[in-house]
Amino acid sequence: MKRHTNMTRRRLLAGAAATTTFLAAPTIVRAQGGALKVGVLLPRSGVQASIGQDCQRGADLSVSLLKSLGYPDITLMNADTETNVDVARTRAEKLIADGAQLLVGAFDSGQSTAIAQVAEQKGIPFVINIAAAPPITEQGYKFVFRNFPTAPMILGDAFANQKELFEAAGAAPKTVVFMHVNDTFGMAMKGGIGAVMPKFNMPYQIVEQISYDPAARDLSVELAKAKATGAEALMVVSRLNDAILLTREMVKQRWSPMAVLSMGPGWYEDQYLKTLGKLADGPLSFVPWFDPNKKLSKQLEAALAKAHPDINLNTNHVYTFEALLVAADAFKRAKSTDPKALADAIRATDITDNVSPGPGIKFDAKGQNDKLKDSAIQNRGGKLVTVAPKVAANAKVEWPMKPYDKR
Amino acid sequence: MPAEIYLNVAVSGLLTGLVYGLMALGLSVIFGVVRVVNFAHGEMMTLAMYLAVVLFSAFKLDPLLMMVPIAAVLFVLGYALQMGLINPFITRPEHSQFMLLVAIAIILVNGLLIVFGPDARSVQTSYAYDSFAVGPLIVDATKTYAGLAAIAVAAALFAFFRFAPLGKAIRACADNYTGALVVGLDVKRLYALTFGLGAACVGAAGAMLVLIIDVTPQLGPAYTLLAFVIVITGGLGSMPGALVGGVLIGMTEAMAGLLFTPSAKSMFAFAILVLVLLFRPQGILGKQLS
Repeated sequence: MKRHTNMTRRRLLAGAAATTTFLAAPTIVRAQGGALKVGVLLPRSGVQASIGQDCQRGADLSVSLLKSLGYPDITLMNADTETNVDVARTRAEKLIADGAQLLVGAFDSGQSTAIAQVAEQKGIPFVINIAAAPPITEQGYKFVFRNFPTAPMILGDAFANQKELFEAAGAAPKTVVFMHVNDTFGMAMKGGIGAVMPKFNMPYQIVEQISYDPAARDLSVELAKAKATGAEALMVVSRLNDAILLTREMVKQRWSPMAVLSMGPGWYEDQYLKTLGKLADGPLSFVPWFDPNKKLSKQLEAALAKAHPDINLNTNHVYTFEALLVAADAFKRAKSTDPKALADAIRATDITDNVSPGPGIKFDAKGQNDKLKDSAIQNRGGKLVTVAPKVAANAKVEWPMKPYDKR
Repeated sequence: MPAEIYLNVAVSGLLTGLVYGLMALGLSVIFGVVRVVNFAHGEMMTLAMYLAVVLFSAFKLDPLLMMVPIAAVLFVLGYALQMGLINPFITRPEHSQFMLLVAIAIILVNGLLIVFGPDARSVQTSYAYDSFAVGPLIVDATKTYAGLAAIAVAAALFAFFRFAPLGKAIRACADNYTGALVVGLDVKRLYALTFGLGAACVGAAGAMLVLIIDVTPQLGPAYTLLAFVIVITGGLGSMPGALVGGVLIGMTEAMAGLLFTPSAKSMFAFAILVLVLLFRPQGILGKQLS
């Protein structure tokens, strides 16, 4: 009985606290000495599945490549956003609840916006791989960082690169017909082109704008209309499937414009190249890309070739890799997995040994890398070469595009 | 705009409409006899398209030549589906049938996604990029072959239902279920044969459509909806109606894209549907319900 009365509430509390400390100790030690847990959110199913899976390839090969470059270990916690904003939000919350110390993703502006809200609320750093909508980094967020150009940056560079190419080729179209998808992305690009183009004094006029449904099964009518305008070149904002459909229709309807100037995805993607073979050669895409002359670009290209020999390095791999590079670099400097310390370290990022064109990775006060540059790339024999800007080019432009009936 | 563009677009719409019509014909045949609406129709066509892709990539077999074997595979699948799964649901409420067929559709979409992944697949025949130039008219070769094949398959189906004893028996089931039972027809087997024939139609349409468009697992639901629009416009249960509806929708989409804006193509197709429902609810060639 006497022994029993010795167990006071104070002693019980002290004992419980000691036990908790003892049990929690290994966890704390592990967090300090272990790998950084990075939650990777990508649309690996749904409408954007093929692009999400392509980004995932970039994420998967980053782990060993970053380690070989001397960066500390990172562990990927992968989550599928199912191309759905609400799913993206709940998956981000779950990843954080499961112990993710930093988030990376999510290819799409809508999904990235939802994840950014969660990350800011929970105080977990979020490094965006691909998303171009300007408002994401205009909200005053402290934990959101983007190493990807905004839509106005993409368009400005596109027109600057076009002028550089026209000068190099000694020729330019006088008229273009502008075809674009009528989804959020396509309409935003249409608005952006209308606003940005006049500032660049381009040598051509847009003779007609033709919008179409990105899920269209047949684009024969749309292309017949474009051909009937008599424009010298085709300017286009498309997705993958419609890029293939438009090319097929150009061949079938026997129309070979002087150039195809693509201001979005589709025309440079692996599936486009594989599906169309020699008919894929020629189009110019003005996109966020990589500088083929940088040392790390060659290393990333080699790592991808080893893991996926039949896939060309592209935007999806490059910017997913760089998002993880930012994470690993911050972890190395912060020497901690504390979210605030990681966010402070990301804010102080200054990486010059990188892949994307431009001086390197550095974030402004809003968390945006505003020094990024875009490239002009051209399809050549199933491969992609960079033709502008000159500082990040590895080939000269082929102009005009070889007619489809002469291939 | 040059005048020949109108003719080019109209011919293109007509040929696409014929293939649409053949696809919808299967739905109409099944509903006309079994009185079950096949909500997995587009998904079954997607399955046929993948069969064509596999046969082409593995053995370089042309989808037009493979149309009959693919239709036969889909016939067996349709027959087995009706015998094994749908027949027990014939006397159940319509919402039970709806749920069953939607479940089959979801299983098909996700099964294809697991096996083939999300990327679009296509068939690159030697004539994939050919076109015929007739004066100012440029006609897509693949659409021409597919359109002609659609006419041939539809004609064979009409002949079967009109002249073959089995076709007549199936029509008897459709006209009078009780009467068919009274005269000793094996109605359940005839229902299974009908579902098989409908599935074979959609199989043949899939083999042709893969020449025109790339296939993805998610393609199915859009084509199920399109088939509904066509058969309701043409007349639910009417075989000629399905073909007429297909051509009408194909040409409406094409001309609306040319004369107005391509973004509004589907809107005009649905506008036709609304007009038909308002002024001729039984469809263009459908029978007035008593």
